[in-house]
Amino acid sequence: MHIMEGFLPVKHAIGWSVASAPFVAYGLYTVNKRIKEKPEQRMLLGVAAAFTFVLSALKMPSVTGSCSHPTGTGLGAVLFGPVAMAPIGMVVLLFQAILLAHGGLTTLGANIFSMAIVGPFAAAAIYRLAKTAKLPFGVCVFLAASLGDLLTYVTTSVQLALAFPDPAGGFVASFAKFATVFAVTQIPLAISEGLLTVIVFNALARFNPQELKEMNVVTAQEVQA
Amino acid sequence: MKRYQNLLMMIAVVILVALPLWMVQKPAPGPGGKEVEIFKGADDQAKDVIGALAPGYKPWFKPLMEPPSGEIGSLLFALQAALGAGFIGYYLGAANTRSKYDRAISKAAKC
Repeated sequence: MHIMEGFLPVKHAIGWSVASAPFVAYGLYTVNKRIKEKPEQRMLLGVAAAFTFVLSALKMPSVTGSCSHPTGTGLGAVLFGPVAMAPIGMVVLLFQAILLAHGGLTTLGANIFSMAIVGPFAAAAIYRLAKTAKLPFGVCVFLAASLGDLLTYVTTSVQLALAFPDPAGGFVASFAKFATVFAVTQIPLAISEGLLTVIVFNALARFNPQELKEMNVVTAQEVQA
Repeated sequence: MKRYQNLLMMIAVVILVALPLWMVQKPAPGPGGKEVEIFKGADDQAKDVIGALAPGYKPWFKPLMEPPSGEIGSLLFALQAALGAGFIGYYLGAANTRSKYDRAISKAAKC
């Protein structure tokens, strides 16, 4: 999903960086505060970051005949809330931008916005909605992670369509083209991400029921189930 | 059922990854006998779309460092995945042991 280095016009690059900065700053503040109050959650935060590291390194083939990778931000968004994922996503994006020439420094702001802000916020909102609808825990997590993943790529398509509107059809025609490249490719990957997130969550819920209960992620009955 | 749930989901992921490999056929070589590449990165395809929409657009910034070859690139990607997976594995292993001890202690306390 990473917009490549230099492939956003200067104004757009700056605009998205300005839009992302407050989220990253506030995310850092909340993460620091949380670790001070509950140092025992530090390891779990590491797990959320590690999961993002793993998933965004896995380039998987898709039915469209191209490859892309999941984002892995849904897990952390459900565990720690969406803002916490902004700085974590930034670390992953920086690693890939600097060492791998995957994504870029000029497009970092835009990529943070799609992967580390829109995705996690969508995931957390969908999780809450699904919980309100009383869906089973696994289904809630699956929907949150997979739709958060998909919306990340929809956002990337919007960003590129805004920067490169179609000469004839404008934004809409351009969005359709980028969405075919990114969002359609992403559908099977989003399902994979949803399933993998549920697997990790099942493991966490089995070994750390107390911690998850304290974080208000699961209720007491779900832990026993 | 719960026991097999994770296994079933893992199998589903493997199928989701394997299915495209089997479904997507390599198209015949284009004019000039040029091989058509399949399963290239979506990022590269987006670059092609940008080229079609705005032919005059020139990237204004180059990556500071590029992996010298595809091999080095996959080394770094593998490293990224290994670090993440290693940490998750360590955490789950530690959590597993801890919950086992906790259970053993509470059992002993009851006796």
